[in-house]
Amino acid sequence: MSVPSGMPATTTPTATPAPPPASVSQLSRQRVRSAWLFLLPTLVVLGMVAGWPLLRTFWFAFTNANLSNPEPPQFIGLENFATVWDDPDWWQSVRNTFFFTGISVTLETVLGMMIALTLNTRFRGRGVLRAAVLVPWAIPTVVSARMWGWMFHDVYGVINAMFLHLGFIDAPIAWTADPRLSMAAVIAVDVWKTTPFMTLLLLAALQMLPDELYEAAKLDGAGPIRVFFKVTLPLIRGPMLVAIIFRVLDAMRVFDLFYVLTTNSSESMSMAVYARQQMFEFQELGLGAAAASMLFAVIAMFTVVYLVLGRSAVEEAA
Amino acid sequence: MRKALRWLGRAAFGLLVVVITAYTLFPFYWAVVSSLKQGSALFEVEAWPRNPAWQNYALVFTEQPFGRNLFNSVIVASTVVIISLFLAVTAAFALGRIRFFGRTPLMLMILAVSMFPQIAVLSGMFELVRWLGLYNTLPALTLSYLLFTLPFTVWVLTTFMRELPKELEEAAVMDGASPWVICMHVFLPLLKPALVTTGLLAFIAAWNEFLFALTFTLSQEARTVPVAIALMSGASQYELPWGLIMAASVIVTVPLIVLVLIFQRRIVSGLTAGAVKG
Amino acid sequence: MRNVLKGLAVATAVVVPTLAVAETVAISCGTVGQEFEQCKLGAEAWAKKSGHQVKLVSGPTDASEQLTMFQQQLSAGASDIDVYRVDVVWPGLLGAHFIDLKPYVSEDVLKQHFPAIVENNTVGGKLVAMPWFTDAGLLYYRKDLLEKHKQKPPTTWQELAEVAKTVQDAERKAGNDKMQGFVFQAKAAETLTCNALEWIDSFRGGTIISDDGKVTINNPKAVEALKTAASWIGTISPQGVLNYEEEGARGVFQSGNAVFMRNWPYAWALANAPDSPVKGKVAVMALPKGGTDGKSTGTLGGWQLAVSKYSKNPAVAADLVKYLTSAEEQKRRAIVASFNPTIASLYKDEEVLKVNPFYTSLLETFTNAVARPSKVTGAKYSRVSAEFRNAVHAVLSKTGKPEDKLKALQKKLESLGRGGKW
Repeated sequence: MSVPSGMPATTTPTATPAPPPASVSQLSRQRVRSAWLFLLPTLVVLGMVAGWPLLRTFWFAFTNANLSNPEPPQFIGLENFATVWDDPDWWQSVRNTFFFTGISVTLETVLGMMIALTLNTRFRGRGVLRAAVLVPWAIPTVVSARMWGWMFHDVYGVINAMFLHLGFIDAPIAWTADPRLSMAAVIAVDVWKTTPFMTLLLLAALQMLPDELYEAAKLDGAGPIRVFFKVTLPLIRGPMLVAIIFRVLDAMRVFDLFYVLTTNSSESMSMAVYARQQMFEFQELGLGAAAASMLFAVIAMFTVVYLVLGRSAVEEAA
Repeated sequence: MRKALRWLGRAAFGLLVVVITAYTLFPFYWAVVSSLKQGSALFEVEAWPRNPAWQNYALVFTEQPFGRNLFNSVIVASTVVIISLFLAVTAAFALGRIRFFGRTPLMLMILAVSMFPQIAVLSGMFELVRWLGLYNTLPALTLSYLLFTLPFTVWVLTTFMRELPKELEEAAVMDGASPWVICMHVFLPLLKPALVTTGLLAFIAAWNEFLFALTFTLSQEARTVPVAIALMSGASQYELPWGLIMAASVIVTVPLIVLVLIFQRRIVSGLTAGAVKG
Repeated sequence: MRNVLKGLAVATAVVVPTLAVAETVAISCGTVGQEFEQCKLGAEAWAKKSGHQVKLVSGPTDASEQLTMFQQQLSAGASDIDVYRVDVVWPGLLGAHFIDLKPYVSEDVLKQHFPAIVENNTVGGKLVAMPWFTDAGLLYYRKDLLEKHKQKPPTTWQELAEVAKTVQDAERKAGNDKMQGFVFQAKAAETLTCNALEWIDSFRGGTIISDDGKVTINNPKAVEALKTAASWIGTISPQGVLNYEEEGARGVFQSGNAVFMRNWPYAWALANAPDSPVKGKVAVMALPKGGTDGKSTGTLGGWQLAVSKYSKNPAVAADLVKYLTSAEEQKRRAIVASFNPTIASLYKDEEVLKVNPFYTSLLETFTNAVARPSKVTGAKYSRVSAEFRNAVHAVLSKTGKPEDKLKALQKKLESLGRGGKW
């Protein structure tokens, strides 16, 4: 740990004289009060921005709200949830979304870690590479999804042209037409697009590690792989878990990639695409809200399980 | 033998760098190539257009108020980043450094906000924006973007706050520093890499957001870049002017690359200690 | 001084009344590009004539995204847009939010337009939209390739498959391995509903749901039509056609890699653009019949103009709609940009024909065009269409048999329609 200036190097928590007990409780009470003060602005803003829209959605889920009907919506209980629950298309979209999330987040984490470690070493041209890595993240999704759709095109797409040229395939492939292949295509684009997000967060975590750790490990004669698993990984676990949570939440809610790249048939829908179709294409605001609420429930359940397994993200490791 | 191994390792590392760069940059290169094509040339695969149509870049600005759209995007994304970072630093200090009752449920509630698909909050958000009288204005976008930037920045900064050494804070408390001073003068300088990183990610998220921007704006002058690009169309309902769209995408991506190049030193500035006034 | 004041008073007296009635009308009609330009020109001409002002609002290019945006606006009762450009299948969906235009349009004017479209735009006795321009599916083909391989333009789908196969194989042998026989739109979107309805109707297999609300989709003719279409995939059509929309198909055809293409009239001008590789080699005709006892048909597309119920000046907005859909304005648009008029007499107008020689053959297509069952299904049309196209898509991608899929579809649609009460 590098020692901040103005702080005697010998200072350790035990060496400081303990303040009298009365003032400790007073101090901690004061600290808690200031904590709430510090939180207030964030909670007010979030309450305003998220409170109303989310409550509206929850309410619509229990009504027969319909866009083509100007009358005020009627309460119909759990009917919408039952309808969605009985719809095989919904379960197909749940399967698609889970499959997509599992594969793409895993790939993004592994790739992101590799790239972050690469960028964390010193070599010439590192800055340029760092900027290059961020490019996919910087192109608006709406555009990059279309662009990839163009590149995946079976007759004049550049990907088929390259693969044919290199001899990987002997006939052009319709990447986005077949439900199985289009899933692979969507995952490839998602990995390309969001690996930078992972990379950047992991890199920031790596950058905050003190150099002495590595020097110590080097003195022990540990190889790079051992250093990574024994020293680096445990230390960046917190930020990594948070990065993964946000990636999973994003992947579960994936919309535009599926919407632009796949055929949008019921075989290749994500949950968010399903919700959109119910809401706006079929005007069934209530059904769409119910689907969205169920999507929320699925994600919430996943998050709770995940956090219980990786507690350290919320509760400091004792 | 050992020399050979080291050389091999270096070569493998070099190859890895090359492969990563190719995978990330090829689509962008392809966007540049496509942006220099017009009409039927778009349907042909070639490494570099035979007669590059540079006029696409001029057309982007003359066909629609694209300069204005760029400006809007900059304003919206910057305000979103400033507001989220300010709110998130204060919240993260409370959540990361102070133990109090109800901290974990609060963290989970903040996270729950980002568990709803955007499409689901669209209707309610639309009503909120209209009710506040912000429809078709930039503040409508700034406000609605906080929905997804704020939970993210709060969470990430909280984890980074936790990583900071206890001794710093204790020393500052001994010196009689208030929580505000500790947060803003002791911790903030240490969090620079994390701030720049989350700020950049939030900036890009706001810069590229499409659905809200499409729904809450109506006139071309109030639109942001992704919407402007998505709404470019050709001579008829079905025709897409790919060349123009790609040119616009390249124009939009370049400022972000510049931004990254400016801030990249900050991202990797490492731990700069020395913030405690003795 | 007094004179000056007097002059000012007179001047204001002259100016104020006109200002008092000058309203601003916001219209959403197409996005940027040609369509936007032409709408702007027309709207500005009206503004000049009437002394009002217009504001153009551009929306998303994709029709279903436009619908989403309009629904947001209308269900919030927003008055930001007065005049909406609506697709031919939307009157049933959005009709509740539009005013009745009958009081503003005389009977004689209405009679000029294609009756099928006027009928389509009349919901519950209300004329919710005025016909603006129309569209129908057409068959494009490479006349040079047909001549080269001594083939005749096909009159039935079966002939088309044979001709396409012959020419495609010969061209591939001759070195163009990218050559495809036939491209169309089979992405699971509204466009597939249009394509599939053309096949089924050409075999005389009905229109999914009849005008009196009976589900008719499960019949031997419809099965035969889908079987025929499924047999094209992988033989004369590439696998990728399952994800083609209009532009995907046009890209293949216009780069010289397809013999036949099904598309809307818009592709004509583009295929003959100066930089088009197939310029002058393209001909257009009505779509083939489904067998010798079938008929030639095309799905009715096109756009209408409607006035929002929440508009602050419905009368002024209706006047703009009247102007834009008038015969003079439609003629101008047909000459300048080949927008197909909804007024039959314009298809015999010499000035129009000089620019668009193919209009003579179009008239028949437009008068025989088949409408999607959007009127009878009303607010449920999108759902019906989605069920239909998903079933068709499954048949085309060989994940289901036409007999089974249509049987299941029949059941599903009957339960949706509650026995014909839509």
